[in-house]
Amino acid sequence: MASIWEYANPKKFIQTTDRLLPWMSVLAAVTLVVGLIWGFFFTPDDFRQGSTVKIIYLHVPAALMAINAWLMMLVASLVWIIRRHHVSALAARAAAPVGAVMTVIALATGAIWGQPMWGTWWAWDPRLTSFLILFLFYLGYMALWAAIENDDTAADLTSVLCLVGSVFALLSRYAVNFWNQGLHQGASLSVAPGERISMVYKLPLYVSMTGFALLFIALVFLRTQTEIRGRRMRALLARERMG
Amino acid sequence: MMPDLGKYADAVLSSYAVSIALLVALVAFSVIRARKVRAQLDDVEQRSRRNG
Repeated sequence: MASIWEYANPKKFIQTTDRLLPWMSVLAAVTLVVGLIWGFFFTPDDFRQGSTVKIIYLHVPAALMAINAWLMMLVASLVWIIRRHHVSALAARAAAPVGAVMTVIALATGAIWGQPMWGTWWAWDPRLTSFLILFLFYLGYMALWAAIENDDTAADLTSVLCLVGSVFALLSRYAVNFWNQGLHQGASLSVAPGERISMVYKLPLYVSMTGFALLFIALVFLRTQTEIRGRRMRALLARERMG
Repeated sequence: MMPDLGKYADAVLSSYAVSIALLVALVAFSVIRARKVRAQLDDVEQRSRRNG
C-alpha cells in the first residue's frame, strides 16, 4: 500500500485529486441537495420550535464543519511544522476560507433561529462567544497568509496561529458541556441519557452533515490544487526576475 | 408544494437563503480562481520553456 507521504509530492497530489474531484463534487452536490430538500420539505414541525427546527439542517452541519475545518488545519499545520511538506501547509491555507464561510453560516443561522426562540439575535454565551472568536481566528489566519510574501515564513507563522486558535475550536465544541450558564442547548446529537432528537429529524440531518463534509473535502482538494499551482507560478516568476 | 412554515417562515426562509447564497458564492469563487491560476501558470510555464 502506498505511503500517505507520497501525497506530499505536489504532482502526485494533483494527479490523485484530479481523478477524485469530479466524483467527490457530484457526490457532495447530490448528498447536500437530498439532505436539505428532505429536511426542508419532508420533516414535521417540532412541538416546541415549530418550523424553525428546519434550520438545524444548515446550522448543525455548518457548525460541525467550522470546527472540523480548523482541526484539519491543525493536523496539516503540525505536519508542516514537523515534516516540512509544502502540500500540507497549502492544504491548511486552502481550508481556511471554507471553514470561515461555515462559521459565518453557523453564526448567521444561529442568530436567525435565536431571535424567535430565545428572544435575542445574540447572547454572550460561552459557545456563541467561542464561535465568534474562532471566526476572528479564521480572519486573522487568512490575513496573515496574505500579509507575508515568503510562503515558508507565512506557513510557519500561520501554523503557530493555528495551534493557538485550536483552543477556541475545541472550546466551541465542548463549551456547552462544562459551562452551564449559557443559553445554547447541549449537543443536538448527544448520546447522553435524557431528551433525544427523533429519527424523523436525525436521518435528514445525517445526510445533510455528510453533504457538508463532502463539499468541504471537494473544496479543499480544488483549493489546494490552486494553492500548489499558485506557489509554482510564484517560484517561476521569481526565477524569471532573477534572469 | 411549499411547506406551511407558519409564523416562523421569515426565519426559516432567510436561513436557507443566506446559507445557500454563501455556499454558492464559495464554490463559484473557488472554481473561478482555480481556472484563473491554472491559465496563468500555463502562460508562465510556456514562457519559461521558450526562454529556456
